[in-house]
Amino acid sequence: MDIFTLQDFYTYTKGITYILMVLILVGMTGFWLFLTERDEDDYE
Amino acid sequence: MSEATVGKISPPSKSVYTPFNVIAGIIIVIGLVITVLRFTKGLSAVTNLDDNYPWGIWIGFDLMAGVALAAGGYVTSAAVYIFGMKRYHSAVRPAILTGFLGYALVVFALHYDVGRPWRLPYPFLMQQGTTSLLFEVAACVALYLTVLFIEFTPAPMEWLGLKRARNIVVKLTMLLTIFGVILSTLHQSSLGALFLIAPAKLHPLWYSGYLPVFFFISSIIAGLSMVIFESSLSHRYFAHKMDETHIAEKEGVALGFAKAASLVLAGYFSIKVIGISADNNWHYLGTGFGLWFLVELLGFVALPCMLYAIGVRDKNLTLIKWTSALTVFGIVLNRLNISLIAFNWYLPAEEKYFPHWMEIGISVFIVTVGLVVFKFIVTRMPILYEHPDHKGGH
Amino acid sequence: MSISRRKFLGWLSAAGVGTALGTSAKAASTKHFTGYPDSAGVLHDTTLCVGCRECEAACNKVNELAPPDQPFTDKSVLEKNRRTTPDAYTVVNKFDKPDEKGNVFVKKQCNHCLEPACASACFVRAFKKTEEGAVVYDASVCVGCRYCMVACPFDVPTYEYDEAFSPRVVKCTMCHPRLLEGKLPGCVEACPKEALTFGKRDDLLKIAKERIRRYPDRYVNHVYGEHEMGGTSWLYLAGTSFSNIGMREDLGLKPAPELTSGALGAVPIVVGLWPVLLTGIYAMSKRKEKIAAEELSDAVAEAVAQTNEEAENKLSAALAKAEKNKETAIKKEVQKALDEAAKAAQQKEAETKSEEDA
Repeated sequence: MDIFTLQDFYTYTKGITYILMVLILVGMTGFWLFLTERDEDDYE
Repeated sequence: MSEATVGKISPPSKSVYTPFNVIAGIIIVIGLVITVLRFTKGLSAVTNLDDNYPWGIWIGFDLMAGVALAAGGYVTSAAVYIFGMKRYHSAVRPAILTGFLGYALVVFALHYDVGRPWRLPYPFLMQQGTTSLLFEVAACVALYLTVLFIEFTPAPMEWLGLKRARNIVVKLTMLLTIFGVILSTLHQSSLGALFLIAPAKLHPLWYSGYLPVFFFISSIIAGLSMVIFESSLSHRYFAHKMDETHIAEKEGVALGFAKAASLVLAGYFSIKVIGISADNNWHYLGTGFGLWFLVELLGFVALPCMLYAIGVRDKNLTLIKWTSALTVFGIVLNRLNISLIAFNWYLPAEEKYFPHWMEIGISVFIVTVGLVVFKFIVTRMPILYEHPDHKGGH
Repeated sequence: MSISRRKFLGWLSAAGVGTALGTSAKAASTKHFTGYPDSAGVLHDTTLCVGCRECEAACNKVNELAPPDQPFTDKSVLEKNRRTTPDAYTVVNKFDKPDEKGNVFVKKQCNHCLEPACASACFVRAFKKTEEGAVVYDASVCVGCRYCMVACPFDVPTYEYDEAFSPRVVKCTMCHPRLLEGKLPGCVEACPKEALTFGKRDDLLKIAKERIRRYPDRYVNHVYGEHEMGGTSWLYLAGTSFSNIGMREDLGLKPAPELTSGALGAVPIVVGLWPVLLTGIYAMSKRKEKIAAEELSDAVAEAVAQTNEEAENKLSAALAKAEKNKETAIKKEVQKALDEAAKAAQQKEAETKSEEDA
């Protein structure tokens, strides 16, 4: 797909960015749990 | 105007005809009539909106100011759960409740303003306008309303005795708080960024590349001030609902939040000045709009900053209380300036927008609905006190 | 450090890294968009316009709009400055002798930006820049937030505030359906003075500049719309400063998407870093709390130990004292017993003595 306008370019890249943001939020939550899983003191 | 005194005057005690209920009832009836007009005759029947002013007070006040004033939820929960300021714990629940009601009412008010409210989920379901700051605002407000709702649920669950569900939600506190702060950072700032696309329409003194930062920082000020303001009102009308912890911590909350608000106001003042300098707008300060800008900057940013500081130094709770009201008013003024007064600033006076009385009526109606629901919840659920079954457990 | 830059780059490109890095970096830093090639536009030469309102009439007819309050032949409406409305996609405004040269008439309608602010602002993508050049609106997804109207620098989109159930945003479509049929926009077709020229935007720019070159006294040296807000498909020529004839010259040259790209770009950064920052602060405050708790418990333990020791000392002292007392008491008793025994012995002795004597 050829993109001719900045507007279409941003629509495309921001669309991907939004998907990435959802993945980041879910991923970070999981990663935090992984990181602190064996901590002795009880982080929640 | 507490219920107890009214009860004494009218012998059949527990009368529903308290002054609060009567006035609220009248406002709600008027609001419902305007609602019918709005949805049967269209926007032009109840608003003064036109093609130059597509946004009126339903956006400028209900959305812009409403969201800023509902910032107490994320500010307080961040202070207590993330920054570990446990001594403000009793302020969390009322702040979360106010935040939740605030956002719910913002979304409710939007249904009046947009042309086809039943299509409000379209940006998520049909086509995503990802380049729009409004898309960002809509997504964050929708998500944050959900987060606030979940954060609020322990209170009704305790009220209804749903212990297991309540304990599950309480376990999520940290996650919800962090999500809340992220979403709030994003949409509070994006509300300011909405105007970045209209540099030619907003007065240069208010237009700035820093608009998103200004909005985010001032939302913290609004949140802190609303907690102080609302807590002093609650203490006046719902003192009988407060437990000892709440009353004992109340003074500390007011002093601590006032100190924080004073500090953030000082920072906000600084970056506002930097905003003028960055765009070299000094010469506008001598114009009429410049004077108005100075009124906002000096009267509603610098002044409350100093008053809070004095209040904290002197431990003067009365001064802090009044300053919080002044600050809240200042934030509302800022939002109205940006969305209405300094917007289309070059238009002659007769082409400027002034709200129709029915627009004001709907805004008053919505605030009243908020107060009624707040009262309903606070008098029934463990908001201002800890539920005996869950003391110190959250 | 004996590796020359050339050698190093050589290794990189041998590994294919140089090419990959090089091209992608170039693509990112030089990416710019020039719009759809061969898209159409209209050149409005305001020096030729006579304010006949034929374009308004034609627009009304081809778009099947509501009949106007006053007929299009009525020139008295020109006395008031007008803007577009839901019933008028285009209006002609009269400007009284902006610079002593006579009245100037300017047609106003959507300028069909190359990078439309309305499209950038719309959160349901109801607006689209088509490859033909027109910016079109899709009412079937429109929520009616009216942010497009806030965003438009030319004050073009209007709203059907009277509609209760299906209000739409309304604006000129450059007669996009007619363009697809190979016809001219209604207004261009109707113009009797050739004040409107339809064509490819690139060609129109050449024509406009040629006119300025040939008649430098007739025109100001500026083609309005060439660069304003990133450029528009409608272009304007004028004999007087554009700001004299109701066209803003303070809009800037930045296309709308660039105005918001900074703020939009900050969003994912916040999403990426706030969780780190916030959990970091949380962990620190938690740790501080833990240390404080430990210190507290240590202090308590120490205090307890100290108290215990003291108590022990006291006890042993007390015991010692008690022991001593006891000892003394025993000694006393023993002494007493001994004394008594001695006394008794003496007595007995004396008694025996006296018995013997007797």
